[in-house]
Amino acid sequence: MKNIPISALIGLFFTALYFLMAIFAPLIAPYGMAEVVGDVWEPSRIEIMLGIAPDGFTESQYWLGTDNIGRDLLSRMIYGGRTTIFIATMATVVSFTLGSVLGFFAAVTGGWVDQSLSRFVDLVMSIPTLIFALVVLSVTPVTVPMLIIVMGLLDSTRVYRLARAVAVDIEVMDYVEAARLRGEGTSWIIFREILPNALSPLVAEMGLRFIFMVLFVSTLSFLGLGVQPPEADWGGIVKENKDGIVYGIPAALVPAFAIATLAISVNLVADWVLNRTTSLKGGRG
Amino acid sequence: MPLIAKLLVQRIALGLLLLFLVSGLIFAGTMILPGDVAQSILGQSATPEALANLRAELGLNEPAMQRYFNWLGGILTGDLGTALTSGTDIAESIGKRLSNTLFLAFWAAIIAVPLAIFLGLLAVRFKDRWPDKMISAVTLASISIPEFLIGYVLMYLIAVKLRWFPSVAMINDGMSLGDKLSAIALPVAVLTLVVLAHMMRMTRAAILNVMQSAYIETAELKGLNGFQVIFRHAFPNAIAPIVNVVMLNLAYLVVGVVVIEVVFVYPGMGQYLVDHVSKRDVPVVQACGLIFAAVYIGLNMVADIVAILSNPRLRHPK
Repeated sequence: MKNIPISALIGLFFTALYFLMAIFAPLIAPYGMAEVVGDVWEPSRIEIMLGIAPDGFTESQYWLGTDNIGRDLLSRMIYGGRTTIFIATMATVVSFTLGSVLGFFAAVTGGWVDQSLSRFVDLVMSIPTLIFALVVLSVTPVTVPMLIIVMGLLDSTRVYRLARAVAVDIEVMDYVEAARLRGEGTSWIIFREILPNALSPLVAEMGLRFIFMVLFVSTLSFLGLGVQPPEADWGGIVKENKDGIVYGIPAALVPAFAIATLAISVNLVADWVLNRTTSLKGGRG
Repeated sequence: MPLIAKLLVQRIALGLLLLFLVSGLIFAGTMILPGDVAQSILGQSATPEALANLRAELGLNEPAMQRYFNWLGGILTGDLGTALTSGTDIAESIGKRLSNTLFLAFWAAIIAVPLAIFLGLLAVRFKDRWPDKMISAVTLASISIPEFLIGYVLMYLIAVKLRWFPSVAMINDGMSLGDKLSAIALPVAVLTLVVLAHMMRMTRAAILNVMQSAYIETAELKGLNGFQVIFRHAFPNAIAPIVNVVMLNLAYLVVGVVVIEVVFVYPGMGQYLVDHVSKRDVPVVQACGLIFAAVYIGLNMVADIVAILSNPRLRHPK
């Protein structure tokens, strides 16, 4: 662990920062999430420092200004990050648990179970994820647990493919055959033989899936089909403040910065994990 | 060439079968809740009469299989049903919007495809030097931001600060082609950026793959310069994977359009779909979902067909 490359360190630092902000949101945020503290779209302290604020404003007590109904944008961003990161994490957990267990199961069992599961996954993947999610969300109530389940289920197809591909390679190893001859059951083979050996490529993939989930839930909220107001989340903040863009108010662009930095830092970490894995395992990954 | 004809027929039949199964999946997707669709559309406070009316209108009193085949039969004869919220004919509303959406996607593809291939070639030519590194850094950044945010960033910088193009993309029949193009300049730019990143990375990977072949080394040893090697020897052999990349990204474009249309208030399919999802207008959502899925599957099928046609090894399988 000593020689972590500098890019991975930067990634780890910012990823940790975002997660800590999400966990300790109520302690960090200067104001309440839904508390109206000022006028509509007051300029931010940063704009004033850079000298790009509209004329007549020389000071501001809000680091990022206020939003479309006068709530503190920094507090909204911190609470919004909490919601976004929570949903993305939970959906990633759902998709990994389901996708990897089913993928391993298909690889170990083989035969018609494998065939029917794999063909069904192919079928689901032939519909664009966003379109399928919109179809399902048109009849289900849009609540946080529902979002997590829909996103997790749709994404588990991708995890299934990876898990199955990795497990098929491992399944033919001698130690798996030894376990079989010993008389171990399917669940032992999945959790004690295959899972430990398939863990590293799956962990690297987890980073990418997490980012995809962040982008996905932001998109859904932006379309008004994700997290519902007054709850804050990064996509919703864009939706609330988008009308300001036409008047030259950049409040809606703040989440762009947050999402991009989170995505890039997680990507840097995932890249490092992936490189480490491939060099350790002789290229298999 | 009976063998290649057989391969093509197989692929097209598979595509049609897939389309049929997907229609079933989309239909089932709207019944995924154990409860009643009418109940979840109207909410808990609905009166029993309203529920009964909606059930009758949706045909919910019939068994699910019969409803599915009625729906499918309607689609095959061009009847997509009527919208619950407005009572208008869905096929009529979609017709105009579909051509608007295809207009937008067409111009984005016209710009993105040659640009992506050229930049991909450039990245290969200057591999591991600054043009390559800069291109991959920019592509990493642009796939880390959701489409709608790229849309607003461009809108803020180009439409509001620089005032080059309008910030909303309203088009109608009375406009000339030039006016239309100016109106859709920003959404086209965003879509181009979004698919450019993916397409360039995949083009670069496809050509690099070919560059490792022995005949490339021969070409280098006989004294051709870098660009000549790429154009005369690597590029023709990379056409099949590149066409594949292009088709996959066009399919991606069709989905990206949904969000971008909402950002720029463009009167296309995507906005129509999103509007009716929030209104819980199930027939419209099913019809739009099926059309998007059909375009997506169709483009993927074209990608496979081009791959079969352009690869001599696939034409003569052992």
